[in-house]
Amino acid sequence: MLSIKDLSVAFQTRKGEVSAVRGISFDVARGETLGIVGESGSGKSVTSYALMRILDAGGEIRTGEVRYSGQDLRHASERQMRDIRGSEISMIFQNPRAALNPIRRVGHQLEDVLIRHGRATRRDARPKAIAALEAVRINDAAARYHAYPFELSGGMCQRIVIAIALACDPQLLIADEPTTGLDITTQKAVMDLVRDLTRAREMSLMLITHDLGLASQYCDRIVVMKDGLIVEAGDPARLFTDPQHAYTRRLVDATPRIGATIRGLLPPEVRTAEPHHQVHSRPVLEVVDLVKTYPGKAGPVQAVKGISFEIKAGQSLGLVGESGSGKSTTSEMIVRLQDPTSGNILFDGQDIAATPAARFASHAARRDIQMVFQDATDSLNPRGTAGDAIAEPLKRIAGMRGAKAAARVAELAELVGLPQPLLSRFPHQLSGGQKARVGIARAIALEPKLLILDEPTAALDVSIQAIVLNLLVDLRARLGMSYLFVSHDLNVVRLLCDEVLVMKSGEIIERGPAARIMTAPDHAYTRALVAAAPQPPAQAA
Amino acid sequence: MTDTSLAPPRKGDTTLGHIAYVLRGNPVTLLAFAMLAFFVGCALFGPALVPYDPLATDAPRALEPPSRDHWFGTDSLGRDVFSRVIVATRLDLTISVAAVAISFMLGSVLGSIAGYWGGWIDAVLNRLLDTIMAFPLFVLAMGVVAALGNTVENIIIATAIINIPFYARLVRAEVNIRRYAGFAQAAKLAGNSDLRVLAVHIFPNALPPMMVQVSLNLGWAILNAAGLSFIGLGVRPPTPEWGIMVAEGANYIVSGEWWLALFPGLWLMLAVFTFNLLGDGLRDIVDPRKRT
Amino acid sequence: MARARMILGRVAQALPVVAGVVVISFLLTRALPGDPAAYFAGPAADAASIAEVREALGLDKPLIQQFFLYLGDLARGDLGQAISTGQPVAADLAARLPASLELTLVALVLSCAIAIPLGILAATRPGTWVDHLCRVLVTAGVSMPTFFTGIVLIYVFYYLAGWAPSPLGRLDFIYLSPPHVTGFYLIDAALAGDWFTWLGALKQLILPAATLALFTLAPIARMTRAAMLTALSSDFIRTARAAGLGRGKVLYAYAFRNALLPVVTTLGMVFSFTLGANVLVEKVFAWPGIGSYAVEALVVSDYAAVQGFVLAMALLFVALNLVIDIAYALIDPRIGVS
Repeated sequence: MLSIKDLSVAFQTRKGEVSAVRGISFDVARGETLGIVGESGSGKSVTSYALMRILDAGGEIRTGEVRYSGQDLRHASERQMRDIRGSEISMIFQNPRAALNPIRRVGHQLEDVLIRHGRATRRDARPKAIAALEAVRINDAAARYHAYPFELSGGMCQRIVIAIALACDPQLLIADEPTTGLDITTQKAVMDLVRDLTRAREMSLMLITHDLGLASQYCDRIVVMKDGLIVEAGDPARLFTDPQHAYTRRLVDATPRIGATIRGLLPPEVRTAEPHHQVHSRPVLEVVDLVKTYPGKAGPVQAVKGISFEIKAGQSLGLVGESGSGKSTTSEMIVRLQDPTSGNILFDGQDIAATPAARFASHAARRDIQMVFQDATDSLNPRGTAGDAIAEPLKRIAGMRGAKAAARVAELAELVGLPQPLLSRFPHQLSGGQKARVGIARAIALEPKLLILDEPTAALDVSIQAIVLNLLVDLRARLGMSYLFVSHDLNVVRLLCDEVLVMKSGEIIERGPAARIMTAPDHAYTRALVAAAPQPPAQAA
Repeated sequence: MTDTSLAPPRKGDTTLGHIAYVLRGNPVTLLAFAMLAFFVGCALFGPALVPYDPLATDAPRALEPPSRDHWFGTDSLGRDVFSRVIVATRLDLTISVAAVAISFMLGSVLGSIAGYWGGWIDAVLNRLLDTIMAFPLFVLAMGVVAALGNTVENIIIATAIINIPFYARLVRAEVNIRRYAGFAQAAKLAGNSDLRVLAVHIFPNALPPMMVQVSLNLGWAILNAAGLSFIGLGVRPPTPEWGIMVAEGANYIVSGEWWLALFPGLWLMLAVFTFNLLGDGLRDIVDPRKRT
Repeated sequence: MARARMILGRVAQALPVVAGVVVISFLLTRALPGDPAAYFAGPAADAASIAEVREALGLDKPLIQQFFLYLGDLARGDLGQAISTGQPVAADLAARLPASLELTLVALVLSCAIAIPLGILAATRPGTWVDHLCRVLVTAGVSMPTFFTGIVLIYVFYYLAGWAPSPLGRLDFIYLSPPHVTGFYLIDAALAGDWFTWLGALKQLILPAATLALFTLAPIARMTRAAMLTALSSDFIRTARAAGLGRGKVLYAYAFRNALLPVVTTLGMVFSFTLGANVLVEKVFAWPGIGSYAVEALVVSDYAAVQGFVLAMALLFVALNLVIDIAYALIDPRIGVS
């Protein structure tokens, strides 16, 4: 139905012309679900924008042919394209809330599309819009018709975007990272909905994603892209069991899944034995009845509802939960950036919650509790170099100066695998993985006893995530640190942690050894979490 | 794979490279810098270089149109308009620079405190700024100068007062969005006190937009001071000042003696134009969206 | 319902600002260097009359008590006597306000009518001549001292070309003022059906209104352009385009309505500039509004008139801002719910 031949796309930028897509060819058959998988910068999204002819300013199709049901989309007039968009080919995007007009009722946004493509008149647009909302399984569609996007959850907004995309019965749906940024259970609900609707309507689906696991679960065929080229195409099971291209193999290896080991995420040629880490029986951290209450408009909101747990010296504890579970609040209280409303935080037996966060900078335990932040870019001062960032705790807490500090910074850079010349660079001159290394080096500069890792790999491509996770494993063995690993991703937590805590709505609902939580969860919510995580096919040995 | 690449940063990535790029793309900014240098030169050396004493009257040669002797003509008392225009540069620039410096400093301190700690300090400051902003600003300046007395110092104070809200609001917003930024949190974990986090880590990040504001405000402050003089507040005759000179010249415009108002007005406009162009240019340099 | 409550909330929020304005204008009155009584009595007063004024104004009482006296006077609409006219300041201001408002509003409508389409054009065609024209106009516009622009316009259109009437007031002496209804000559003349006078009033109005409009063009066009650029590059525009919506729909129903929000916010600042620049323009064109009244009062050190003017302008501006806030809330559904 859709046939792309030798497509290349280039962008005019200040650094000259950049080729985003460099001569790719693929077909989408009627009723087929095709996955396009690649890491950031692979050109996967640009490909879809190009075939829809909605490239940003400066982008241009250079060569190739795009045919849809015999029509030449590359040379179609803008008017013809407008007729095709929405009625023949539709698109849904990541970040659904931003994808909707913030000041227009969602029902009216649906009507705009229906009326544009002659599917409704002003008179009967409303019932048809409500029917389109019901088609994407929105409860109480008549009421939702009047809602503005800001009044709806992210998952609900994505359903509205899907309703808009499917309102005029298109033959092809392009889904560009449709679940990025959504909670894992919502993610599954949205993907299942997309799959069911496209199947029921015998539509074709192009799923663009960075997540090979997700693609393998929902697609009939997968195209792997890298640097604007297709490196491999094939059916998902074959890609996992018998990847032909070296890059596909690396991607397959790096995708966390059941049965994988942390060293197994790395390419075989650099795998070494996983170092052993010693867990002692003495607790390094005990949290007792921790409560955090925020003032809210409709009365106080309890973000954390009296939780208690402990971390033993040398142990790695995973803290898993979806957004709003209170996991971030908990970690910020432990690292002493926030004050708890009540409860105790015993660190080496001493109640560190007794010292307010505002004065904790001069506390003796400051050097022993450090944190690696979620967004490596955001956690580095844009006006300081990588070296400055790593030196900061050395200077402020340990009082190191001059050559001594410089030597220690060099030593730390070595330890986290950051090449020395990069120390004089500013954050915007570093890659995502390099920034993550800087953040880790800064956190371990004073060899803390407890390191809190707040989704340290959430913003990274899987191949970089594999490297960073392995670095963390090495550092743990070397420095004997305890980890509190905060994440939404059970697959990742399991690889790194001895035990796992599952949080929901401010409470701990389950705790147990990582392997047991994954295979035999007690709580229904944990089971839902485990089931929602995409599970790629098992890999050949 | 790009994780450990050691390729040197590309040329456009460094700050200097970026500035060079923006200037190449917008030669107008370069022109603005040149004009700024010219005005600063006039302010510093003007009084020593002008051909006539700006206060010396020469009644027989009153109201002469521009000529070889008097490039910008003479006024009703026979004073050389060119000399007066050039000499006035120092006073006008001094007023605006002093006023902007005061409001920059006060606004930064107030805005930083309010933006970082929030709470009642923030609420009080916001009310105060709301009250200042509730006056049409030029009208407030008129009221302040009228109340405090008709002097150059009071023009500076009035101009500073009406400019403070811009800086305080800007700094407050810039500090506030970075209050919980990862790097601010990380700085706390690295043992920095709140005050140090604010002063060393957060505030410097507000400087680029502040510099844009400073540049735009300098132009606005000159306009404001000249406006006050135009309606007879602040600087008094016979001191050479652009606003007064335009006011004096305005009386002769309906009888066709255009040079009296035109040259000081043009000069004033050029000075304000310079600062505005500079502000636009700086905006291009610091705007992150232009950095991609 | 939530909307109505929100609007009431806005009105309530304006109250502390009004209180602040009253306090500041009181302080300005009392902060006069030297003896306020001497200022209020005027330059020709002798010692006895100054003492009399001091007592009459309550200046011999403690500051707090003076403040309450001041509040009492305000409540009765008493802003003191103007020396220059011998009339109560409040009456003078009321008589002259329509002239200022007519000038300001015509200028604002004129500048919005030019600036907003210009900004949209520049944003939809970045890098073209429209964009460059917009940029030059915007930067030149804010750099023009209004009093200077006015003088240049007078020189060109009155002295050289002879197209404009003499720049003296709202109507040339050959006309009679229209019967007073609103105080806006354009409206009053139209109501009276006196199109001859209407045209005369319009001719007088064009140059000062153009002067003010040139000055306010810049911030509105600049903000429209920036807001349109932001709106056009946002995700929901891409969704709308991917759904095949037409260019007009995308541009106006989606992008422009969102871009209007920051533009409306800017209007508050523009009002502030306009009301300030108004004073200068009125002086240049001898326009009998409250601005030129204040300037005349300044010249003779008639401080009661100046303070009354400052207070009146502030209250006017607070009211305008309130209107802007409410307009904003009507466009943006997110306000008041959060």
